Amino acid sequence: MIVESLFFSAVLFTIGVVGVLTRRNAIIIFMCVELMLNAVNLSFVALSRLYGMTGQVFVIFVMTVAAAEAAVGLAIIISIFRHQQTVNLQNINILKG
Amino acid sequence: MNFFYQFFFYLFGLIAIASAVTFVTRKSPVAAALWLVNTMFSLAVLYIMLDAQFIGIIQILVYAGAIMVVFLFVVMLLNLGHPSEVADIKGLGARLVAGAAGLALLAELAVIGRQQLPELIPAPPLHANVVNPIAAPLFNEYLLAFEVTSVLLLAAIVGAVVLAKRRV
Repeated sequence: MIVESLFFSAVLFTIGVVGVLTRRNAIIIFMCVELMLNAVNLSFVALSRLYGMTGQVFVIFVMTVAAAEAAVGLAIIISIFRHQQTVNLQNINILKG
Repeated sequence: MNFFYQFFFYLFGLIAIASAVTFVTRKSPVAAALWLVNTMFSLAVLYIMLDAQFIGIIQILVYAGAIMVVFLFVVMLLNLGHPSEVADIKGLGARLVAGAAGLALLAELAVIGRQQLPELIPAPPLHANVVNPIAAPLFNEYLLAFEVTSVLLLAAIVGAVVLAKRRV
């Protein structure tokens, strides 16, 4: 089951990367990042069957960081939306030279 | 491994992947978020089947419950339920680059995954406490990291409030 879990994890991570590279909606890109974190969590849990409980402890830390990241990121998106009236990354280019 | 275990393991893995593909191809953010919730539930099932029951429950509570609700809340707060008039999915060039990057990543991970894996640690007995084995290293070896995490959460709360507030 470990090899299959690592395979599922790799596929999910790749789907997340493709989503980040192809979408323009900032919120959907954020959700793709969450999907990538989930894929990594799956391989942590699978490998904790081989190397002991430390993997599951790390999953808890990853989840905490993901929650903090979601809170701050969504706050940034809200404040960008207040200025630009959009979350489409094509229209958010004030830092472009 | 008996047949039912394997069948359901593959079934929920495929559900997770199919939901993830549906998630990145949806136009509407609300539909995408709900498909992502589906992926997270299937992942929780996989965690429980891998003898990580505590992580599975936490996955449902924290990810599917809390984080995705925050995402949906922001989508509805910003009134983004309808797909915007500007094209959301990038053009053919970006899609080709993304596909190539995805294939390269998959090939890389396949090469890494060909290594011989060590033996399985014996699974805990069915009636064993599932929280103790996680709590023991968390509060002994990783106590400092755990405390730093609380500072991180505090900083994130303050940062979120300051960023989302209308006026300082």
